[in-house]
Amino acid sequence: MTDATFPASAAAPQSKSSLLVVDERTRKRNAAEKRFRAYGLSAIAIALIALVVLMYSIFSDGIGAFRQTYLEIPVTLDAAQLDKNGNRNPEDIKKVLTTTYGKLLDQSLQAVMTQNGITIEGIAAKDVSDLISKEASAQLRNRVLANPDLVGQTIDARVLVNGRVDGYYKGRVSMESAARDSNTSPAQLQLADALKGKGMLSTEWNWSFLTNPDASDQRPEAAGVGVAILGSLYMMLVVLFLAVPIGVAASIYLEEFAPKNRLTDIIEVNISNLAAVPSIVFGILGLAAFINFAGLPQSAPIVGGLVLTLMTLPTIIIATRAALKAVPPSIRDAALGVGASKMQSVFHHVLPLAMPGILTGTIIGLAQALGETAPLLLIGMVAFVKNFPAAPMEGLFDPASALPVQVYNWTQRADPAFMERASGAIIVLLVFLLCMNLIAIFLRRKFERRW
Amino acid sequence: MPVSWTLLLVLAMAVAGFVIGRSRVLAAAGGDSRLLHSRTNYYGWNIALYTAVPALFLIAIWLFAQPGANRILVAGVALAVAAVGLIWSLQRTAPDFRARNAVESFVRGLLIMCSSIAILTTAGIVFSMLFETGNFFSQYPWQDFFFGTTWSPRFGGGSQLGILPLVWGTLYISFIALAVSIPIGLFAAIYMSEYASPRMRGFAKPMIEILAGIPTIVYGLFALITVGPMLRDYFAQPLGLGNSGSSVMTAGLVMGIMLIPFVSSLSDDIINAVPQSLRDAALGLGSTQSETVRNVVLPAALPGIVGAILLAASRAIGETMIVVLGAGAAARMDLNPFEAMTTITVKIVSQLTGDTDFAAPETLVAFALGLTLFVVTLGLNIVALYVVRKYREQYE
Repeated sequence: MTDATFPASAAAPQSKSSLLVVDERTRKRNAAEKRFRAYGLSAIAIALIALVVLMYSIFSDGIGAFRQTYLEIPVTLDAAQLDKNGNRNPEDIKKVLTTTYGKLLDQSLQAVMTQNGITIEGIAAKDVSDLISKEASAQLRNRVLANPDLVGQTIDARVLVNGRVDGYYKGRVSMESAARDSNTSPAQLQLADALKGKGMLSTEWNWSFLTNPDASDQRPEAAGVGVAILGSLYMMLVVLFLAVPIGVAASIYLEEFAPKNRLTDIIEVNISNLAAVPSIVFGILGLAAFINFAGLPQSAPIVGGLVLTLMTLPTIIIATRAALKAVPPSIRDAALGVGASKMQSVFHHVLPLAMPGILTGTIIGLAQALGETAPLLLIGMVAFVKNFPAAPMEGLFDPASALPVQVYNWTQRADPAFMERASGAIIVLLVFLLCMNLIAIFLRRKFERRW
Repeated sequence: MPVSWTLLLVLAMAVAGFVIGRSRVLAAAGGDSRLLHSRTNYYGWNIALYTAVPALFLIAIWLFAQPGANRILVAGVALAVAAVGLIWSLQRTAPDFRARNAVESFVRGLLIMCSSIAILTTAGIVFSMLFETGNFFSQYPWQDFFFGTTWSPRFGGGSQLGILPLVWGTLYISFIALAVSIPIGLFAAIYMSEYASPRMRGFAKPMIEILAGIPTIVYGLFALITVGPMLRDYFAQPLGLGNSGSSVMTAGLVMGIMLIPFVSSLSDDIINAVPQSLRDAALGLGSTQSETVRNVVLPAALPGIVGAILLAASRAIGETMIVVLGAGAAARMDLNPFEAMTTITVKIVSQLTGDTDFAAPETLVAFALGLTLFVVTLGLNIVALYVVRKYREQYE
């Protein structure tokens, strides 16, 4: 203790700053601080807005694909035209082509118009017959072939209308645009309105979008994602049965058994690099190795599945290794301590404990594979496929499409109605992805253990 | 059908082998499992593995190498192999046989095989592309490929296949994408790690990561039907810069959105890895939070962030669907960002889809493009991973 006090007079030269008044420099620094925060907030806001706009644009464009306009009219299946021999022989009925059914539909529509007194000024005969989709006659024919007894009866047919009329009720086509369009006319739309007024034309929920195969350029109203969903499902099965066992086995070896040497180092670097190789390169590999070298068929789900397997392996390996690493060493030590072999400690104790993490990683890897498009373009999955593939094993070698490729395919078509279909297919794809991710989150929440 | 039946038969034999082996070894020990070397099930597993695995491998490899092979022959040989494995391992089964060790070394072998598939994939990628690229360069001079400034493939001969316009398009689009995603991603990461309350972070982080889970075809469609027409109607046409819906700007913007979560989550990890003591020291000296971030945290995290940016760049260069749908197909070297240009990946797709003739340089050029892409992205990845790893070690 000293008694010396600091001489007050010798204080540092009085600065003009005060604790109570904010000086110029501080104000600047505080303003900079505020600006910086605002930048950060607006960056997050931009990202979120982008997400919202993206979702909104896809959903508002695609929701129309789930609704479809149908015409319900009584159709007389004239026996004189459909079964000339009159003996209801299915072989004879099969010889009658779709054009005949198209004419029947036209006649029925004309009859309905005269019955209900619908007259549209300046409507051409072509406008009337084109109101009904080209697909409708084929559907009617299939119905008759399935049940030849219908010939000669009058049935209530529910038929698709042409894509433009359908678009009219979804706001895609207007009277003005119809006047400029060679595929429809304002008169046709007025006829549709008149039929709607009589309750014969209605826009309803469209299950067939999920079950129908793709349709040709001229009939977007009949196109669906059935084959694409099945093809995607087959590919996911291949990925599940190949990528998961191989990926888990590889990670077990690398994490638990591999000696630390050059070779394992190379494998590890290799895996992290494979995870970042552009997906299209895997497509080139698939084309060269599986199709040109091994001679597997083009557009087959098996080839797509193999390519996606190679692509998802790194993802699954990285996730599995993280899950294995999270199991504390005390578990292994305890198992070894009571006399288990290394293999037993891994398979009886570590692996079951790591299972939730492995499952989560697997599902996320599968979700990634489900949305992948570029490699599938190169192995011929862009082909137009109208037939459903057979049941698995053989079906894996049949041509099929895949959901994301179907989207790409539809974007390349001329008719704007296909854009709506493409967005609709995206919605289906996103719903699948959402479900998979929700399952992954659920598993993680439910089984995750903190050690 | 024979293949499915063969598979089922082989599996049935394996199950039968398991049961027989197990009961036989137990009988040999007089029903007292304590007299056996290993636990009873291992004897069964030993037989099942030796029966099923070689036969299944044979089927898989044979069908892969020769898909048109006679299915009956394949089935016969596979069943014979399974039978040989079954009989041989049954004969080895005796109470003093070290079954556990046999099973464990077998499983170990399987594990090693599975982990070598990663290497095989890389080798497959490199060889499949090297081989076809060699074919390409034997038909088309490499100087013209690497230094040619015109891209006009003509099926029928006389095509010019210079890569430079494609490289220009790729770099231009990637540049715009990075110019969009780096500031947004970086600022979002800074805000979330330094400022945001736990609640806000818990909401915003998953939301931004949703962007990362959306497939690229969705972004492609977004570029095609929303962003492209919007940019054309509100920017390109009023400014007189062109009237194409697909443009460098469209693809770049949308790709930038796609890369935001990539940049932000990587940078977030890296910023979080900067030790708290550095921040505390800076704040203790009286700097504001933003000054701490700018002068202390970011310089400390810089190498890691550079690594993240390099990874994002390699993503941008290799991205396919967005540019296929958003950038157009015209190979052009131009500065106008509202003009349609094209990239390496677009040309790989267009040269390899549809009718392809694997003797023509117009098709083979896709492999040379693919190899170029692979080498460039691999280089970026290796550097980036090295930088990120080095950085992580610095503070551990």
